Amino acid sequence: MGKVIVVTSGKGGVGKTTSSAALGAALAQNGDKVVVVDFDVGLRNLDLVMGAERRVVYDLVNVIQGEAKLTQALIRDKRVETLYLLPASQTRDKDNLTPEGVETVINTLKKAFDWVICDSPAGIERGATLAMRHADVAIVVTNPEVSSVRDSDRIIGLLDSKTLKAENGERMEKHLLLTRYDPARAERGDMLKVDDVLEILSIPLLGIIPESMDVLRASNLGAPVTLADGKCAPAVAYFNAARRLAGEELPVAVPGEKRSFFGKIFGRKAA
Amino acid sequence: MNLLRLFSRTPTAPSARERLQVLLAHERVAFGDSDLVSKLRDEILAVIARHVQIDGDKVTVKMERGAQMSTLAVDIEIPFDATKKKLDAAKNKKAA
Repeated sequence: MGKVIVVTSGKGGVGKTTSSAALGAALAQNGDKVVVVDFDVGLRNLDLVMGAERRVVYDLVNVIQGEAKLTQALIRDKRVETLYLLPASQTRDKDNLTPEGVETVINTLKKAFDWVICDSPAGIERGATLAMRHADVAIVVTNPEVSSVRDSDRIIGLLDSKTLKAENGERMEKHLLLTRYDPARAERGDMLKVDDVLEILSIPLLGIIPESMDVLRASNLGAPVTLADGKCAPAVAYFNAARRLAGEELPVAVPGEKRSFFGKIFGRKAA
Repeated sequence: MNLLRLFSRTPTAPSARERLQVLLAHERVAFGDSDLVSKLRDEILAVIARHVQIDGDKVTVKMERGAQMSTLAVDIEIPFDATKKKLDAAKNKKAA
């Protein structure tokens, strides 16, 4: 039985889709069978970030409405053969996402994949609550910035009350993924520090993804950043986060804390 | 090492621009509910379903949307007796 992960945040634009794609690809690159499911009905973007936008035939709503089989809607990645995408519908109303339909889809996927990664839409409406409903583990994507931290706190509250696990009296496993972290700004004291965010949200840290041009470049090309350039800093951070997710004990390095002499001089310009 | 990688990079924005142009051209039409490829897909499947009982698991549909040309590939496994059964059913209906 595979594990169901929800990638959520409350706030938009913090990196849920980027992180879903990158973590999904990283896990699949290790040989695991992974499906990434887009729950953002009406505003799908995971297909674009993963470079499969031209190959979408059917979507999640088609499957839930019985218009297509699940196997027909899954799109296999052209680069990693154990990586699949289930796109959201672009034209349908999000009310077509029924709780029963989502449950059937997730339960079927769980049997066929090692990891089912649910990319949640922003907000706390239907799409977001359905994306988290069946999760075993939640990844809360947060930027070191006040409104993002506040929204993450709200989402953590929902994870502890509105999910199947919570309703059954079980504890939802939650991890913090700090994205768009700029070491230079943190050093100058212009950005919330890692410890500040951890103290406020008090959930364990899965990884810190440094702010980087490489993430933008990867999305331009339609490749998860771990596939576009596996050696760049954000890709390495995602690979490590994926290993932690799989249960490995790996210390989290705070970007910029072990800056070399060279890095100190050029660090602020090179991003 | 890092500098080398920095210099060997090719710009990615042109690729982003091209991908968006193709995608949006298709999506704008789709909102008017006249996405030709999707329409063809549905009608082809409907026609075949009229003659043969199709097993949903035995159908693969692939689409690739391009700037100048799109492709649609419908791959259906038609079992030998599926056609017969359907014909028999039709005959029985007529008889009754």
